Amino acid sequence: MQAAGIDVGSRTIKLVVLDVTSGDIVSYRRTETTFNPHEQCQRILSPRQWDALVATGYGRKLVQENFEAHAITEIQAHALGARKMFPQCKAILDIGGQDTKAIALDERGKVRKFEMNDRCAAGTGKFLEFMATSFQVPIERFGDFALSGNAGLTINSMCTVFAEAEATSLMARGHNPQDIALALHLSVVKRSVSMLKRVATESPLVFSGGVARNRCVATLVAKELNSTILIPPEPDLIGALGAALHCRQRMLSGDSRAQS
Amino acid sequence: MSAAYESMWKDLGLDLAAHDVLLQVLGNAYRDIFLSQKDRPGGMDYFNFVMSEVHGLRIKELLESKKKGKKVIGSFCVFVPEEIVRAADATLVGLCTGADFATDEVDKILPRNTCSLIKSAFGFKLGKVCPYIESADMIVGENTCDGKKKSYEVLNTLVPHLYVMDLPQTKSAEGRAVLKSEYYRFKEAVEGLCGVRIDAAMLKKGIDIVNAKRKAIHRLSKLRKADPAPISGLDALLINQVYFYDDPARFTESVNKICDELEQRIKEKKGVFPQGTPRILLSGCPMAVPNWKLPWIIETSGAVIVGEESCVGERGTRNLTDNSGQTVEELMDAIVERHFQIDCAIFTPNPDRLNHVKEMYREYNANGVIHYGLQFCQPYQIESYSVEKALEGEHIPTLRVDTDYSMEDVEQLKTRVEAFIERLK
Repeated sequence: MQAAGIDVGSRTIKLVVLDVTSGDIVSYRRTETTFNPHEQCQRILSPRQWDALVATGYGRKLVQENFEAHAITEIQAHALGARKMFPQCKAILDIGGQDTKAIALDERGKVRKFEMNDRCAAGTGKFLEFMATSFQVPIERFGDFALSGNAGLTINSMCTVFAEAEATSLMARGHNPQDIALALHLSVVKRSVSMLKRVATESPLVFSGGVARNRCVATLVAKELNSTILIPPEPDLIGALGAALHCRQRMLSGDSRAQS
Repeated sequence: MSAAYESMWKDLGLDLAAHDVLLQVLGNAYRDIFLSQKDRPGGMDYFNFVMSEVHGLRIKELLESKKKGKKVIGSFCVFVPEEIVRAADATLVGLCTGADFATDEVDKILPRNTCSLIKSAFGFKLGKVCPYIESADMIVGENTCDGKKKSYEVLNTLVPHLYVMDLPQTKSAEGRAVLKSEYYRFKEAVEGLCGVRIDAAMLKKGIDIVNAKRKAIHRLSKLRKADPAPISGLDALLINQVYFYDDPARFTESVNKICDELEQRIKEKKGVFPQGTPRILLSGCPMAVPNWKLPWIIETSGAVIVGEESCVGERGTRNLTDNSGQTVEELMDAIVERHFQIDCAIFTPNPDRLNHVKEMYREYNANGVIHYGLQFCQPYQIESYSVEKALEGEHIPTLRVDTDYSMEDVEQLKTRVEAFIERLK
């Protein structure tokens, strides 16, 4: 028997399949969400190799309605996934494509408190992607690009549009693009860490979501918190892993029917 | 209903085309949010009817009573003592503040960072779509928050009969004295408007009418303690909203009637959601018609709302007015005393509210509290921090939500609310 978890994010769709008996990961894959998430879900979900499916992410309802799945929120999914990778985990910072979440866990790994960014995408993966484009640096290399910069500059605005204007004016004044990129990363980190401090000051902290791949953000988060942080090898898969774990739990507790 | 009332609306000076749009949006929202609910009590038919006629038959009634000399007073706040209005045989109605309307016009005269409730009052006036404000012989503003206080200065240039009531900000002897003198001043203004002199018998009658309404709501609230919940939070909120519009005697009777039905349901263990459904106490800013966004999100995410710690809810209806006084002075004192206990966030400090939220959480067997702060509402948004701390200090799960009347954040809110409900399971 296999349990699957799908995380339909704003930027990418992730699928993780677990062996129900052992709990081991059997396979995983990713695809772009694009402008047609329904079709992309169909693509990533076929051929069907699993017995039950749990969906999470902003597109969870889409999967629930069209692919006989149960749905849970990203908050719960990340809590389950992070705890699986790091059983001692007490807090989670998840920065995804359009959401940033800070989650505090209790002793048993249950969500104790959480906070999310508001209706604006500032300080998320989208923000960094937007900025990388304006620097003409591929998003995968944007973190390393920023890490090569010198600290000292600050970007004050957290609005994507105004932050770009600030960056542009810094460039016009002849500042190094790397230094400006570092300042942009720092502004993302400051915002995320302040959200984190509102809900969870406990450690160890797991940093998940696609943005955790960005070495500059990861370095700065650890520096701001003045502690080491745990980053899973595939941080963007934590949500899908959590959904798959939830699916497995449901199957083990006898509710093999996928539908809620 | 449109055609039958068209000339009435035209005479009131409404913009018929805009008003049609409003009614259509309202009708669709009502259908999707209320009529789509399962297993609603039969007694909700009355409230469905009231809502379908909220700009129609109810306005016709008001206009007919006006022809007979009865005055209509519009208000925005539960500090406006209805007892005094009813004593003068006038009608008090809540004015429309629950939806964005004519926002372009509003943005011309109010800062963008004004709360939705204030903007809405202006939008309904500027868009000429509120038959209540146009029917009113007197509109009462009240100095609660800075936003309202200052915007009444602007509203005064838009409406002919604005009366502004001052309110205290502290629960002190001086504060009580301010409220008392303001209620006497209001009594005189109402007497002047209605051409009557309010005596003790009239005041007692006013108190009894309003107390009966409150008692019916208290009865409804008690029935919501049951699990499974016999009525949805949305329907109970609607009843609390209709409280501000309907004829009081008819309203009281209809609420009592639905309570009879709910008692029967409780005996049969019949509910609108299965037993064990997570139970939410809503706390915070008032929700005027048709501000149903957050309750709708909560109740379509697998939870049921069992109480509203809000002016449109228990904060507004808590406590009866003592009617045992024999003189105007004694009865006026009782009215002052009753309203002085309202724990609005404009008071500083405001510890009663924290206790009430905790008390309601226990009383209604809630599993968690969702605090609703209207964006740019400084008193409630700032106080939400103290509320959250007080609740978490007692291990009561709490979610703070700040939002407005727009629909753009619905998906984000759903995720938050669903995650909070997952926590409660």
